[in-house]
Amino acid sequence: MITEALMLSAILFVIGTFGVLVRRNAIIMFLCIELQLNAVNLSFVAFSRMFGIEGQIFVFFVMTVAAAEAAVGLAIIISIFRHYETVNVDSFNLLKW
Amino acid sequence: MTFFFYLFAGVAIGGGIGVVMSKNPVASLLFMVTTLAAMAGTFVLLEAHFLAAIQIIVYAGAIMVLFLFVIMLLNLGHDYRKDLKGGAFAVLSFGVIGSIAGLLATRLRTADAMPAEGAIAIDAALAEHGAVGAIAEPLYTTYVVPFEITGILLLVAIVGAVVLAKREV
Repeated sequence: MITEALMLSAILFVIGTFGVLVRRNAIIMFLCIELQLNAVNLSFVAFSRMFGIEGQIFVFFVMTVAAAEAAVGLAIIISIFRHYETVNVDSFNLLKW
Repeated sequence: MTFFFYLFAGVAIGGGIGVVMSKNPVASLLFMVTTLAAMAGTFVLLEAHFLAAIQIIVYAGAIMVLFLFVIMLLNLGHDYRKDLKGGAFAVLSFGVIGSIAGLLATRLRTADAMPAEGAIAIDAALAEHGAVGAIAEPLYTTYVVPFEITGILLLVAIVGAVVLAKREV
């Protein structure tokens, strides 16, 4: 069960990374980052079956940080949308050299 | 037990692919909710009952609704322009990440021999304190300082989100 859970976690992490790399919509990229966080959470829970309850406590902290990150990130997306009228990341090239 | 694990795993992977591939952001988000629910199921199978409940309530309930509010506030999902980046880049990135994951998976093959001492300790804690107490007991004793710092982090995030999203500061 532990090995299968770690495999599932790896697969979901790959899907999330793929989404971050190929999508242009900033909100979808953000969702894919949440998917990556969740994949890591799953491997923490799986490892807690091997090494003790600490893994589950760490998942608790990861979820809190994810909530904070979602609030701030979505606020940034809203304020970017006000300036550019789009959430397509190819349009945000102000910092590009 | 194993059947349910594979059922949840299949739903989670299908939902994940849906998140990446669907054109409409709202559909993408609903796929994400499906994935999160399926992962809560796997958490239950791994004896993390409290985390499964938190996953449903906080993640699928609160964070995803926040995303939905933003998508609807910005009125996205009406332009169906091509959102995926070009084919060669996609294949290359998928190949790179896939090979990393494959490497990880081959390493995991040997992980079966690892001792499952944690499982015994967790089952004992679950029997003694219950699903919430098993996490709460170490969280409020050994890890109480990180727990309090998390509270400060959430406060900072709330203030930051309000300042960023307000029209005129």
